[in-house]
Amino acid sequence: MTLTNRTTRPALAVTIALAVLAAGVVASLHVGSRMLSPEVVWAALTDPRADDADHAVVTARVARTVLALLAGGALGLAGAAMQGLTRNPLGDPGILGINAGAALGMVTAVALLGVTSLPVQIWFALAGAAVAGVLVHAIAGLGRDGATPIKLAVAGAAATAGFTSWTSALLITDLQTLETFRFWQVGTVGGRGVEVVGPVLPFLLTGAVLALTGARLLDVLALGDDLARGLGRRAGLDRLVVGLSVILLAGAATALAGPIAFVGLVAPHAARILLGPSYFRILPMSVVIGAALVTWADVVGRVILPPTEVQVGIMTAVIGVPVFFALVRRGRMGSL
Amino acid sequence: MSIDPATDASTDRITDRVTGRVTGTRLATHDLSLGYDDRTVVDHVTTRVPDGAVTVVVGANACGKSTLLRGLARLLRPGTGQVLLDGKSIHGIPTKEVARTLGLLPQNPVAPKGVTVVDLVGRGRAPHQGRFQRWGAADEAAVARALEVTGTLDLADRVVDELSGGQRQRVWIAMALAQETDLLLLDEPTTYLDVAHQVEVLDLLHDLNATRGTTVVMVLHELNLAARYADHLVAMADGRIVAEGPPREVITQERVSEVFGMQCLVVEDPVSGTPLVVPIGRHHSRRPTLVANGATA
Amino acid sequence: MSAATDSRVGTPGMPAGVDMVRAARSRVSRRHRLLVGALVVALLGVFLVRVLLGDFTVTIPDFVRILAGEQIPGATFVVMESKLPRAVLGVLVGAAFGLGGSVFQTTLRNALASPDIIGVGMGASAAAVFAIVVLGLQGVAVSGFAIAGAVAVAVLVRTLAGAAGGYRVVVVGVGASAFLVAVVQYLFTRASIYDAQAALVWLTGSLNSASWPAIARTAGCLLVLLPVVALLAGSLRLTELGDDTAAGLGSSPRRTDALLLVAVLLVSVGVAAAGPVAFAAFLAGPIARALNGGRTSLVASALVGSILVVGADHLGAYLVPDVNLPVGVVTGALGAPFLLWLVATGRTSRRSS
Repeated sequence: MTLTNRTTRPALAVTIALAVLAAGVVASLHVGSRMLSPEVVWAALTDPRADDADHAVVTARVARTVLALLAGGALGLAGAAMQGLTRNPLGDPGILGINAGAALGMVTAVALLGVTSLPVQIWFALAGAAVAGVLVHAIAGLGRDGATPIKLAVAGAAATAGFTSWTSALLITDLQTLETFRFWQVGTVGGRGVEVVGPVLPFLLTGAVLALTGARLLDVLALGDDLARGLGRRAGLDRLVVGLSVILLAGAATALAGPIAFVGLVAPHAARILLGPSYFRILPMSVVIGAALVTWADVVGRVILPPTEVQVGIMTAVIGVPVFFALVRRGRMGSL
Repeated sequence: MSIDPATDASTDRITDRVTGRVTGTRLATHDLSLGYDDRTVVDHVTTRVPDGAVTVVVGANACGKSTLLRGLARLLRPGTGQVLLDGKSIHGIPTKEVARTLGLLPQNPVAPKGVTVVDLVGRGRAPHQGRFQRWGAADEAAVARALEVTGTLDLADRVVDELSGGQRQRVWIAMALAQETDLLLLDEPTTYLDVAHQVEVLDLLHDLNATRGTTVVMVLHELNLAARYADHLVAMADGRIVAEGPPREVITQERVSEVFGMQCLVVEDPVSGTPLVVPIGRHHSRRPTLVANGATA
Repeated sequence: MSAATDSRVGTPGMPAGVDMVRAARSRVSRRHRLLVGALVVALLGVFLVRVLLGDFTVTIPDFVRILAGEQIPGATFVVMESKLPRAVLGVLVGAAFGLGGSVFQTTLRNALASPDIIGVGMGASAAAVFAIVVLGLQGVAVSGFAIAGAVAVAVLVRTLAGAAGGYRVVVVGVGASAFLVAVVQYLFTRASIYDAQAALVWLTGSLNSASWPAIARTAGCLLVLLPVVALLAGSLRLTELGDDTAAGLGSSPRRTDALLLVAVLLVSVGVAAAGPVAFAAFLAGPIARALNGGRTSLVASALVGSILVVGADHLGAYLVPDVNLPVGVVTGALGAPFLLWLVATGRTSRRSS
């Protein structure tokens, strides 16, 4: 491979990813059961006094676009950090038990405590995610060798299955909760409004800063614990910081849009195949790819099965899977 | 199945250039290209492995030497050309039949957790066991011989994970020996071993070749050990064979600088009389002209 | 007796090492035989507890009389129509899961590469939920869909992963699994709430549908599959040495594929009969391995699987009064802490790589 090849391809890849993201944002404002022309969208965006049906539609679309961007970016970033943390290609916030914890928190709130308001349910979901993440970390950290990648992955898988069982136990005996839960669990950015962003934003930003500053740390961790220590890192502490960022990001994304499973897995893989193994590149690129994936998934979901909307959590899988398979087949999937 | 005349001609020519003691060849390549995905790593290589000799493949990192070895062991499908075992394309022979003729020890093999030495070495008998005919006296004897030869009989009960690096490597070699093949391919059998263990492993392979007539082909990093233990040395660069023959002929100052991109002196090994490569580097020279002009003296 | 004495002094005409080899091998296999014996006893114990105890206690003499065909008012019906079929199906399903999961983990050399995780279980689930929710099917038809779904996903994953095998199979499988989760969730939002509940029970895994015809079907499938496993088990000892070493020893990649296919069929037979019982396939192998000094044992894996499922079904039925929890809830809820305990005590982390 020549030198120019090495430097131009990543630049091209980043440009294309950003272009796809931008196009997704534009499409998200225009496309839906009610198609809008650019003039109408522009007018609605620039003229605060406009107060017609189109304006309402655009406002709603701005809200869901913001949610899609934030949730997608957060999930992509959390997934990348997770894969670096566990040095496992299957790493995904779901693997740390976070999604399952959020689901159990949500179901507990509805089934046992009778919580009916969405914002309160979100707080329970966040708490569940945090408990799951901390629990998995704490258990994996026991023992002499600390939280090794394989222990994190196994503990996460165990916690996921355990939480899911309790969730099922609650749901099987409670039709009403199942009714609420089945619509929450698919993940959606529609019909929530920008208001949900406010309380979640601090978590999201803290998580993002921790994760992005963790790039150097992940690059060192990728070399293995011993080498990381030799390079002067305290592997245990580093893991804790990155683990915290994953919990914050994934929890925040779940609070914004419900559990969207696929993004955290696909975005980092795509980033790695396009840009190589450095987390300096993978982390930001995963944000872009995750945001683009969720935004486009939302757009396509609005129009693919009229008159209903297909939820974003389902569309990310429908769009993401073929892309993912193509990348896996094309790319050299080096181990992490 | 016979080889076409062109193959015969080309391989013969190479044999002539090789050594006088080559009497025959059971393993050869003809116009062999190998690669991963769309990257070519071994580039149209035609060569013969001399029977009953120790052949060592050397070359800089990423020159394709391990890939060539994996190709010889039928682990890779050729892009062009073929690997010939006893004159037949190796991919046309049932893999189990190949395994009775040709043993392989890959680089950094990983033992399953909890497996004992005797169990691991016993697995080397797999090619000799039929689907219904299980473990028998012949297998027991072969495993015992392999353990004895490698000096690992005392470890028979131990769990492979818990052995030292040198012991573990000997156990793996024992597994390959238990296979009782005429040809044995090894990919860097001395990696991660200290000098004493490196020499120990290479001596073991030498004994095997001397006493049993096993044809040994291995990839080695250490040029001087390669020169000492090889009957037939193959130097590779950029996926091609640059030179092959007796170490004395292959290792010259010009060739080392061509293959490894390193200035050096070649002197006689005071122990074995084989060529000994002494790197020059940019410092330390007692003769400053050497550093300035390269090894022209 | 005399043979044993002989071996200590050395067999004439053989190298001295042969005796040491024989001794070392027999120590390993003796331990394995002991373990298998102990597990059989344990399984028998769990089986009897499941059949005889509970809300309705049956004495062993009564049980024998029932089996002999005697009609004991109340007891005969409960045992023959509910408890015994559940226990028998639990044994069969557990063995299928334990064996299938263990073959998967050993072949792909990754403890996480259980069928649950790489899409096979989800393939069966998605097909079954589709059958329940969209086609309104029940019983055998759902089982047929589940098997077809599992095999289809397995073949698809294998094909998409390409020749490279191992690592890509896991990555593609996880991708496929995530996709199928989305499909199931979508079907959930489109279903009537009652169909959704039926699908959820099915997804959790339960022995509620245990019946003699179901047992006959499952047993028939296992009768076909078990000899195939026995035939291929030898090459499992090679595949677990890694791709290159295995190939060097004459194991062809096609055999690996054949092993994986049989494992898929085993798991899907289990799923078809009882749904994807959480953890049964994932846990049986590692537990059996821990008990066997770290070595893989398919027989022990199958027995552990059976013990897990039968035992969990008993707990699910009687742990919480008046609530009959499906077996999958129990294996998940109890299996998870157990696996976490394994992690905490460092028993899973000793990787030899």
